[in-house]
Amino acid sequence: MEIDTKGNMQTGFFTSRIDKMIGWARKYSIFQYPFVTACCGMEYMATACAHYDIDRFGAGLPRFSPRQADVLFVVGTISQKLAPVLVNVYEQMCAPKWVVAFGVCTCTGGFYDDYATVRGIDHIIPVDIYIPGCPPRPETVLQGLMLLQEKIQNQRQEV
Amino acid sequence: MEKSKTLEKIVGKFSEAVIDLHSQLGYDTVIIAKSALLEVARFLKQDPELQYNYLMDLTAVDYWKRTPRFEMVYHFLSLKNKYRVRVKVPVGGAEPEVDSLTSLWPAANWYEREVYDMFGIKFKGHPDLRRILMYPEFEGHPLRKDYPIQKRQPRVGPK
Amino acid sequence: MFLNIGPAHPAMHGVIQIHAELDGEIVRKADIEIGYLHRAFEKHCETGTYSQCFPYTDRLNYASPLINNFGFAAAVEKLMGLEIPERCNYIRIIMSEISRITDHLTCIGASAMELGAFSVFLYAIKAREWLYELIESVTGARLTVSYARIGGVKADLPEGFEERCQATLQKTREVLKEVDQLLTRNRIFYDRMCGVGIISADDAVDYGITGPFLRSTGIEYDVRKAFPYFLYERFAFDIPIGEHGDNYDRYLVRMEEMYQSIRIIEQALDTIPQGPTNVDSEGNVIDPDLMADLGKFGKTSGLLKNEVLIQPTLQGSEKRYHDRVRAKSKEAWLPPKEQVYSNIEALMNHFKIVMLGHGIRPPKGEAYVAVEGANGELGFYIVSDGTDRPWRVRCHPPCFPIMAALGKILVGDQVADIVPTFGSVNMIAGELDR
Repeated sequence: MEIDTKGNMQTGFFTSRIDKMIGWARKYSIFQYPFVTACCGMEYMATACAHYDIDRFGAGLPRFSPRQADVLFVVGTISQKLAPVLVNVYEQMCAPKWVVAFGVCTCTGGFYDDYATVRGIDHIIPVDIYIPGCPPRPETVLQGLMLLQEKIQNQRQEV
Repeated sequence: MEKSKTLEKIVGKFSEAVIDLHSQLGYDTVIIAKSALLEVARFLKQDPELQYNYLMDLTAVDYWKRTPRFEMVYHFLSLKNKYRVRVKVPVGGAEPEVDSLTSLWPAANWYEREVYDMFGIKFKGHPDLRRILMYPEFEGHPLRKDYPIQKRQPRVGPK
Repeated sequence: MFLNIGPAHPAMHGVIQIHAELDGEIVRKADIEIGYLHRAFEKHCETGTYSQCFPYTDRLNYASPLINNFGFAAAVEKLMGLEIPERCNYIRIIMSEISRITDHLTCIGASAMELGAFSVFLYAIKAREWLYELIESVTGARLTVSYARIGGVKADLPEGFEERCQATLQKTREVLKEVDQLLTRNRIFYDRMCGVGIISADDAVDYGITGPFLRSTGIEYDVRKAFPYFLYERFAFDIPIGEHGDNYDRYLVRMEEMYQSIRIIEQALDTIPQGPTNVDSEGNVIDPDLMADLGKFGKTSGLLKNEVLIQPTLQGSEKRYHDRVRAKSKEAWLPPKEQVYSNIEALMNHFKIVMLGHGIRPPKGEAYVAVEGANGELGFYIVSDGTDRPWRVRCHPPCFPIMAALGKILVGDQVADIVPTFGSVNMIAGELDR
């Protein structure tokens, strides 16, 4: 970064620290909206419960209203019939918002290459983190969550 | 070939409607003409000796390039005798249509809707014949053999 | 008033939509819309070979995938007339019952959570996790197992399975006791469940309902007893039945069924036959890569005596006891690798099964085989035209008739009762919509 005056450097320094602080606060208070449709829901349950305990990462409290949530977990196959519902839910969420594609069906469509399913939810909504696996093991989910936290920490924070 | 009691009774009562019958792999199967379906089903259900009180499954098979093209397959179960029978009805023509069993078993309602959705076979006397698995705007019938598995149709926007 | 519940509703685990017509708090009419998870299972089965259908069957009822696996395998075996070895049948029974416990645990845990009993959900999933670990050690996967094969299972049980299984079942029993103490005589739970979501026995039969839902009305129909498959007739177990056909009876039936499943597994573990072994243990264990290399150079003498160590992604597959877990049929099974590399007959046999267009080819015909799934009778109707791909595969999903009846069951109850009633259905979208 080019710094020409002392004043500018101070503001830049200041905003970047603020950004970091907000990011730090945001990444440990993830309110997730689980959009659970299919098999991956079983592993989502396993991740959320005592054994793997997603609460350790500050993401333990699912909000079932999209307006209160900031991370959308799309868990399971999205069919053509369900796609409009997903878009609707996504649009109701307040910014800043992130989307996690949980399981290979949401990433690429998986082996359901047919007339009924959407080949990856990134055809209809933007995605931040892809967690592959059919279904992904809970450890994979936790790694995906940590990557999301890293992304939240390092991004430019809109306030 | 020794016939079971069920097959004997059906042949005895509906001899002119029975096209073929066999007990391949130990499962009694009778193929009957379309016009007699409702009568045979009512007989199976109400005969005091047979008592096929369960309509266990109702589906269709598309024998592409064979006339008649479709075959309705009904699986009945008698709880009292612990015995099963399969009734098949060939259906063909440009507008395949067969009698609905909803007047005998409410279970037939959704099964017939599914067959209508997947194969396009209409049911005479069905109270609410509309698509069940696909969305209403979907064109064609996906389980027909001439419907390519990967043929997608435009998604319908958020309702 | 009209109320639209779902498809994205917190209490709807699984995606369905209920259009409810309300009069104050009372539901006057309920229209159920399904199909949000239609993934063309039946169409996919028609495009693949018989063996390629197994991964799709895993994802039908994803709360108890092993039962679906075995159900499909049993249907194809019926079509081909294959005889399954005794040990394999025992393995299938043990794994089916473990699956049934996981399914019921999920159902009871989730429906208790929706009524506010969150700890029960955590306890139930804790027990399910132990069972998943057990399943993983046998099949190599937690959920999507693809463990069944036409004519057998993928691999034998791993070393020390019996002891681990018994210990896990003991722990599961304790969890069930805890759940029982928390729920069965709990005032809130009882009031929410009792007398709600009632269906009469006649209605249940007319709608074609099976499984715990039917048994809660007092009708004793269980495929395992009525049409014994695998070797269920050898085991002593009871069919729990209710009498009112309400949510509370369904809960009690499910709880008791889990105890009965444990009973079956324990009997099976006590009496599981060992059977003959295929490879004598005197040979040295060598690396499979090394063996392949030796085979390529034509050094095949003595290979038959060697016991091969497969890479341990799957614990049970290290045990090379083919005869125990496979049908004695050349049409369905790949021959042991050491024979493929050492004699021409086995090589041709391998080639015939693996090559595209050859594969497993049941004779022309049709078969309907039903197994007792966790939700009721799970039937597979397969039509074969004599080629290596099924002409038609129809899955009779146990949830489907229950969901068809749900619109009728809900009428007359209050809006808040939709949640426990729907929870007790244990709707699994994967098998409902396929």
